[in-house]
Amino acid sequence: MSLAELICPAGTPAALRTAVDAGADAVYCGFQDATNARNFPGLNFTPDELAASVAYAHAKGAKVLLALNTYPPAGKVDLWRQAADTGARLGVDAFIVADMGVADYIARTHPAVRLHLSVQAAASSPEAIRYYCENFGVRRVVLPRILTIPEIRQIRAEIPCEIETFIFGNHGLMVEGRCSLTNYLTGQSTNMDGVCSPASDVDYARHADGSMSSQLAGFTIDCFGPDEKAGYPTICKGRYTAPHRPEGYYAFEEPVSLNLSRLLPELIDAGVHAFKIEGRQRSKSYVRGVVRAFRKAVDDIRAGREANMADLVALTEGQKQTQGAFETKKWR
Amino acid sequence: MTTDTSTPPAPPRVPPRAPRAPRPGPGALSRLACLAVQPILSRTVRRIAARHPSLFARLGPHQTTDFLIDPVELPFALHLRPDPEALIFRAVPRDAAPRAGAVIRGRFMLLLELVDSEEDGDAAFFSRDLEVSGDTEAVVRLRNALDDVDGSIAEETAAMFGRPGRAILARLRRAYLNDSE
Ligand code: SF4
Repeated sequence: MSLAELICPAGTPAALRTAVDAGADAVYCGFQDATNARNFPGLNFTPDELAASVAYAHAKGAKVLLALNTYPPAGKVDLWRQAADTGARLGVDAFIVADMGVADYIARTHPAVRLHLSVQAAASSPEAIRYYCENFGVRRVVLPRILTIPEIRQIRAEIPCEIETFIFGNHGLMVEGRCSLTNYLTGQSTNMDGVCSPASDVDYARHADGSMSSQLAGFTIDCFGPDEKAGYPTICKGRYTAPHRPEGYYAFEEPVSLNLSRLLPELIDAGVHAFKIEGRQRSKSYVRGVVRAFRKAVDDIRAGREANMADLVALTEGQKQTQGAFETKKWR
Repeated sequence: MTTDTSTPPAPPRVPPRAPRAPRPGPGALSRLACLAVQPILSRTVRRIAARHPSLFARLGPHQTTDFLIDPVELPFALHLRPDPEALIFRAVPRDAAPRAGAVIRGRFMLLLELVDSEEDGDAAFFSRDLEVSGDTEAVVRLRNALDDVDGSIAEETAAMFGRPGRAILARLRRAYLNDSE
């Protein structure tokens, strides 16, 4: 039976405490460096902060999962190994990893700590997932956001580990862990430096008519009319002009967030063990609102009641939400 | 992918909303208001710095950045330089504002709720109620530093002024909530 654990984001110690108090079963977080995929300025944890946060979470019965979910560039693997050693010393409950070298190091050096396979590994077939389970002892896979619920059910029947799926938040649409769009424009790598659209390369400009344009490394990503909702300055959600589309169009995806609140019972029924909320870069306000809403929904479902979810659209990118591929492969 | 750096797509034309229309703050009135609020600002920022020293570590190199915080409906803007060695938080008339490294603009109560993490900054940005310009990294660092502060800075500040302070804050919050509904 699926436990429907709620896995919640924390970008700061205060956000971690907020998530735990709002009902998180587990909180995921990272260090202040390239070892995790939210390496944003002013975000994340020092080792001392993580130690205090682990103690806080454990005292309240919640787990702490440490994201080491970027790919070490050749010759720089020591940073990831040290982060794993520190995490193990501080008593984290699991590591979330993407890179096979990092997984192998942890499996050999810290075999008592659970390994979760990050969405960044983009393992979406039973064969790929089984490979990680057999070779590194992976206990849980975070599935890429490209599968329908029947496909998840099928995969569950063919793998020996737990499944975690995203249920709310950012909805990137490139092959997870392989997107090089930011690297192409800024020279920084989402997958190795841990940052998509680094803030140091982002500029916003207000125009006289009240419109606002966002730029990444000098390239205009979008221009929002005075009354239009805005999105993140990510290339995948940019609106571009082209010779055949001079008015501008969303070439890949429009600003939108994933929200699977209506699909929770089906996901549980398909054997999903844990639900992940995206947003380590978001505020305590977001963490409090989203975690509380999903805590209540999951508790309602477990108790056999119909889940009556709070409306979260105000917190979504572009104030739009989608069920993406979970509902249908034709969603785009 | 084709990108365009010069001619953004033409936006629909509707009247600009609050964050895009800061009041100029007519000279004399604005200067008077600045003088009136300055003692409160100085006390507030000194107290916050003393109670939340970890805030400065998250600011990193942006401790010496000049932030202009622009509450659009007030007759002045706020100049913040979060340098622990030489903290500056002062009210400035808009026409005499310093050259800022980063500008954060929105309604006063929204800005206050963001400081307290009662509202989400990204959501306020998506809805266009919050506007930022200048050094985006500085803004992100300030946001993350403030978000790691436990408790309510607004309430701490109000409490410094006893019962009247708390009553004013409660009234402002009620008006803001009524306005947002
Ligand atoms: S550009 Fe889009 S798909 Fe690529 S890493 Fe950033 S958010 Fe993800």
